[in-house]
Amino acid sequence: MIWLIFAIAAWALGWWVNVRLARGRAGRLRSLAAPMVFGVTLIAVWEGVVRGLEISPVLLPTPTAIAARFAASLDVLWVDFVQTVLKGALSGYVLGCGAAFLIAVAIDRFPFLQRGLLPVGNFVAALPVIGMAPILVMWFGFDWQSKAAVVVVMVFFPMLVNTVQGLQATEAMQRDLMRTYAASYWATLFKLRLPAAMPFVFNGLKIGTTLALIGAIVAEFFGSPVKGMGFRISTSVGQLALDLVWAEIVVAAIAGSAFYGAMSLIEKAVTFWHPSQRN
Amino acid sequence: MRQSFWPVVTVVGLLLVIWYAAAVWLNSDWTYDKATRSGETVTATSLVADTWAQKKPKLPAPHQVAAEIWETTVLKNITSKRSLVYHSWVTLSATLLGFGLGTVLGTLLAVGIVFNRTMDMSVMPWVIASQTIPILAIAPMIIVVLNAVGISGLLPKAMISMYLSFFPVVVGMVKGLRSPDQMQLDQMRTWHASASQTFWRLRLPASMPYFFTSLKIAMAASLVGAIVGELPTGAVAGLGARLLAGSYYGQTIQIWSALIMAAALAAALVGMIGLVQRVTLKRMGMAQ
Repeated sequence: MIWLIFAIAAWALGWWVNVRLARGRAGRLRSLAAPMVFGVTLIAVWEGVVRGLEISPVLLPTPTAIAARFAASLDVLWVDFVQTVLKGALSGYVLGCGAAFLIAVAIDRFPFLQRGLLPVGNFVAALPVIGMAPILVMWFGFDWQSKAAVVVVMVFFPMLVNTVQGLQATEAMQRDLMRTYAASYWATLFKLRLPAAMPFVFNGLKIGTTLALIGAIVAEFFGSPVKGMGFRISTSVGQLALDLVWAEIVVAAIAGSAFYGAMSLIEKAVTFWHPSQRN
Repeated sequence: MRQSFWPVVTVVGLLLVIWYAAAVWLNSDWTYDKATRSGETVTATSLVADTWAQKKPKLPAPHQVAAEIWETTVLKNITSKRSLVYHSWVTLSATLLGFGLGTVLGTLLAVGIVFNRTMDMSVMPWVIASQTIPILAIAPMIIVVLNAVGISGLLPKAMISMYLSFFPVVVGMVKGLRSPDQMQLDQMRTWHASASQTFWRLRLPASMPYFFTSLKIAMAASLVGAIVGELPTGAVAGLGARLLAGSYYGQTIQIWSALIMAAALAAALVGMIGLVQRVTLKRMGMAQ
């Protein structure tokens, strides 16, 4: 009962603080503080409700239990992180995005192919590509190579479509200017069209970050060596060790956010001239 | 539309050619293996004929997949467990339920975010953060936990679909509800319109193009969610279960047919939303 009251009190307090924050002048500090308060409130309510209603840890462990488990099994989490994120997701991401980028630049010279490839690429990007996972696991074996292959397939088409679109983003006036400078195809590509395509390219890269992580984890459900985040999640669910599952989720969320954040930072540095980056 | 018809046909044709060639390449090991054991010599024609007609090929040829789809959709009874139509329906119902729930939740959240500054400041960042959790990765846990609470069948899968589909709706609707510019809002004020009138007559109609665009993304995400949600249920029913069963027993043709079916389903659903979008926007006078 006390814990339930604690949960309600935490909710009320958090809401009150946020209302106060929202009333004041908007500033950088405030816009950071509000979501923080909301998150802390959420965790407090979670802790209170789980303890108050005495929900079994098999169903939903408390945040403190998850944190304890996280600290206790750092070595396991690190092994899984290396296997899934560094070997599977990252290598696949680099290969897939790199290949898509190069192919997009190549087909950019053929408008016919481009017109045909854009609708097809858009179509494939909307497909449940993750279904390719069992096939690729069959082709490339259980280790990280098959996970990287799944990631390649998943990030390829969003990246391709975005890059092709980006390469068309220059205006006729700008291209004409390059022609008056007697710029060669390559000079136009490197000095005008690729820089102009960068906002689109980074859009594709950012979409790819989450896809890469999901692809690498889900591919492990179809077979993996005895390490990896997907493997750990599916086996821990079987052992009802949900605190370990949640610890893996925390790792995945942190890795995903860091990956996305890193891409945003690079984007900010590369496309500093774009209106969406200047405020 | 018309001018991109032939390019698309060319690209699709090219992909089919690559597919057939890859089938020969990937399946040739098995053919050579078989030939050396039986002491036959492999000619070019027999190689091609064999690689395109194996029972458990590494990569089935397109016509094999087409034949399998024809066999499991048209020739099988719809209620049969071997019918692909039955499995598609299982997946489709979870997809649609999750999509509906996600759309409602997303729209409500967006309205709250647009009208309540506190919600805007505190909830919006978490809506974005919620998507950094790879929900597909924890689908098994959600299914198992909900099963333990006594929720089973359609709903757990629909929950995963909902989690994936509410996000694009929130983001799109917030953008859409904020799309009327200052001039239009001022016009509403000169008419002394109340907040609800501004909402129903200006903000909501203005958000429609954004709404439909997000619905398309949400639908595609929802289907993926339903398929992945079917993986841990022990391969009972649904397209995801077909994928898993196929990968257990090495039935590549079955995997590919389920995959193509899922693709067709996604295309049909997204196409349907596109149709509704075109009709609605035309009637509202917003068609481009």
